[in-house]
Amino acid sequence: MSISVKNLSKHYDKQKAVDSISFEAKPGRILGFLGPNGAGKSTTMRMLTGYLEPTSGEAEISGENISTHTIEAKKHIGYLPENTPLYSDMYVKEFLNFIGDAYNLSNLSARVDEVIKKVGLTPEQHKKIGMLSKGYRQRVGLAQAIIHNPAVLILDEPTSGLDPNQLVDIRALIKELGKDKTVVISTHIMQEVEAICDDIIIINKGKIVANNSLEGIKKAHQGSSLEDIFRKLTA
Amino acid sequence: MYAVFKRELFSFLSSMVAYITIGIFLLVSSLLLWFFPNTSLLDYGYAELGGFFSLVPYLFMFLIPAITMRSFAEERREGTYELLITKPITLWQIIIAKYLASLVLVLFALIPTLVYYYSISELGFPKGNIDSGAVIGSYIGLFLLGSAFTSIGIFASSLTKNQVIAFVICAGLCAFAFLGFDYTGQLITLQKFENTITALGINEHYVSISRGVLDTRDLIYFVSFSIVFLLFTKLIMGGKK
Repeated sequence: MSISVKNLSKHYDKQKAVDSISFEAKPGRILGFLGPNGAGKSTTMRMLTGYLEPTSGEAEISGENISTHTIEAKKHIGYLPENTPLYSDMYVKEFLNFIGDAYNLSNLSARVDEVIKKVGLTPEQHKKIGMLSKGYRQRVGLAQAIIHNPAVLILDEPTSGLDPNQLVDIRALIKELGKDKTVVISTHIMQEVEAICDDIIIINKGKIVANNSLEGIKKAHQGSSLEDIFRKLTA
Repeated sequence: MYAVFKRELFSFLSSMVAYITIGIFLLVSSLLLWFFPNTSLLDYGYAELGGFFSLVPYLFMFLIPAITMRSFAEERREGTYELLITKPITLWQIIIAKYLASLVLVLFALIPTLVYYYSISELGFPKGNIDSGAVIGSYIGLFLLGSAFTSIGIFASSLTKNQVIAFVICAGLCAFAFLGFDYTGQLITLQKFENTITALGINEHYVSISRGVLDTRDLIYFVSFSIVFLLFTKLIMGGKK
């Protein structure tokens, strides 16, 4: 299992942002993480990536425990935080070189060129990040997440705020990355889930209310649309 | 860690922050040292840099907060801190990298002032009549003072997302660490402990190094001062988990 989560919880004072969730994610499959705003999607992802300390429970990334072997586990993760934070004063290449340095990659300049090509940044590669449009910023965010060729990709709302053309491009890219990696994405868009996800977890008020494959969840609800299922489970 | 250090330093040098703050520091120190009549060395008549070394700590109280105020405040405001800490780097490495990058910038501000030393030594009668030992000691003292102020600045920057608040907290803490203990020790009720209290302040140790005698106690004081504030920073940033 690339990601294995057991009874993971995060409490803020008395509020339970994430309440004892357990799930697993397999390589070669894209896991869609769904839920209304404030359900605990980002909090879960932040615990998986070592940004937040879980209140209780544990998470393993490629067999490394994120709380006890943090540095080892982080090496296996590519993470795109919500709203794609980037150093806007840096140039695209300079930034990717910096991220590559942080992962201690060898042969870095070849690798930077490779990811720039892969995410389709070639026409904008000499610009400052602050000058890029939202779609290209998102690509830089993806490029920094895959630069060390991680086994696990965790993408927090990677397609929010993109126009329809950019949506199609980014989704195709994620789909391709999902062929040999374990990908977890969070999203609000149901069409997106239908288009790229293999498995689905729906989370509501910090608890998992559905955990199934895309076909499985539809079968279990007699073929009603994903949107209806989502509304039924989280309303 | 080297990657973060390099990025910090380059981002100082590629933005105007470094040039403006260092430029103003050099401008003000030159004006006070050579041109303004009350503080001018030329009117003073002795070939020594004592005036400069007692002036710079006050300029550092503004220069250093300006350099360090962004370090954590901006990262947290822009959300890039999340990007950074989810890379395989420890928080401690990030803190040290930011601290060292800021300290290098302080060093960049100090290096051009060596010109003053050369000028004074040329102006002396006979030529070269200047107490070089005291000057070297004072520069070491200034560097250590800068390192202490920088650690305060990094700490202040971790407290808030607002750079202005970080600046003000840092300047306030620097002023207190430098002078506050001296004044506190002079309070009537505390006069019994005056020596102990002033020994906690930076000024006492700075003056002691400036005499040209590098005492290990002063060195230990400055190193532990920085470590304490960097540990506070780690506590603050780590506590946000």
